[in-house]
Amino acid sequence: MTVAIVDYGSGNLHSAAKAFERAAREAGHDQPILVTSDPDKVRAADRVVLPGVGAFADCRRGLDAVPGMVDALNETVRQKGRPFLGICVGMQLMAERGREYEVVEGLGWIPGEVDRIAPNDESLKIPHMGWNTLNELRPHPLLDGIAVGPSGLHGYFVHSYHLNTSDPACLVAQADYGGPLTAMVARDSYAGTQFHPEKSQRLGLALIANFLKWKP
Amino acid sequence: MFKVRVIPCLDVKDGRVVKGINFVNLRDAGDPVEAAIAYDAAGADELCFLDITASHENRETIFEVVTRTAEACFMPLTVGGGVRSVDDIRRLLTCGADKVSINTAAVNRRAFVKEAAEKFGDQCIVVAIDAKKASKAGEPDRWEIFTHGGRNPTGIDAIDYAREVVALGAGEILLTSMDRDGTRRGFDIALTCAIADAVTVPVIASGGVGNLDHLVEGIRDGHATAVLAASIFHFGEYSVRQAKDYMAKASLPMRLDP
Repeated sequence: MTVAIVDYGSGNLHSAAKAFERAAREAGHDQPILVTSDPDKVRAADRVVLPGVGAFADCRRGLDAVPGMVDALNETVRQKGRPFLGICVGMQLMAERGREYEVVEGLGWIPGEVDRIAPNDESLKIPHMGWNTLNELRPHPLLDGIAVGPSGLHGYFVHSYHLNTSDPACLVAQADYGGPLTAMVARDSYAGTQFHPEKSQRLGLALIANFLKWKP
Repeated sequence: MFKVRVIPCLDVKDGRVVKGINFVNLRDAGDPVEAAIAYDAAGADELCFLDITASHENRETIFEVVTRTAEACFMPLTVGGGVRSVDDIRRLLTCGADKVSINTAAVNRRAFVKEAAEKFGDQCIVVAIDAKKASKAGEPDRWEIFTHGGRNPTGIDAIDYAREVVALGAGEILLTSMDRDGTRRGFDIALTCAIADAVTVPVIASGGVGNLDHLVEGIRDGHATAVLAASIFHFGEYSVRQAKDYMAKASLPMRLDP
């Protein structure tokens, strides 16, 4: 059982890898965590994680710059149904397109677009940077056993854009920041979080542990 | 619900915490990683390392500290001090920093902020502003940017500068009052409020915290979205958890996860 964290020049792969290793160790899964830019290793992996920080277009270009990686992701996740977790921009890339600075195609796994957040309270700052609770709209195995709602645990967010999905069935959780914004999406064997599980202390490690045992 | 943040800051020199941290149960009070683990356990919302290593040879030590911290703490980490190039930023982010704080290099060359934000995204570029009151009694409030730990005036207006770096891509402002830093008299609320109201990005208030009421004032009166403090936490006077409980009692939205 191998977990591949996709290295395409974006994101804090070191902390992501360490958080996955720790969650695996604590849960006794003992799955090797592999940071890789090799599409064949992604194909061979049992689970795939796509991190991502920065701008949508930049991340998309970074992904395209790794020969064969987009094909490997489509094949492994969409065709073979291996569990997939996108984090932050890695989650946004699952959309049909992004609208940050320029319009760029996403992977098209989740219907919808990545739009700038627009809190209805002018005193709220952008980026949405800090800790927020999750409002769970539909149960999902990745949130099993995690306290959600206004008095639940918090996720760590850092973003100015979010995935505005046109399919309500894909929307798993929202956060409130002068109105709802997308915190988590999922469909079939793939899920994505706008917040950073690898930086979200208890909630994060619990979610990663759930991902490591998820059997979609 | 969105919460305000409490951020302990550690001054790190040659890979060691300056003055040490006075916590019980720390095996090595001078090890920044041990301090980071303790703050993580105490519910800190973020952690900030300020590298004040002077000698060039020891500049490498901060990368090792950041790497070890990221292996042990799953919380957001900001690192500042001596960040002068895109390569410095890349290395810190690769080691496990989430945000990098730029100070003098941004004052000297504003375009650096734009280059950094375009390369790594504005969410990870913090501009640290050290400001000092420049207006005399009776004049309207005016603050000026200082560099080199408050020694060198630049003649640049703090509010204008804050607006400028945000327009260039700064995702957050770390605002330190050089008049208050180290005084324990509380934040410069007029300064904090003036900057926080002038920019669209989050502002971290810093400089002068001596008690827990000061933390409340920074958010409530200064309109900051985060408060940074060093000595009140390091010397064990208050725990981060105590600070957050106190702020919650003052009706501020706090993350009190067990």
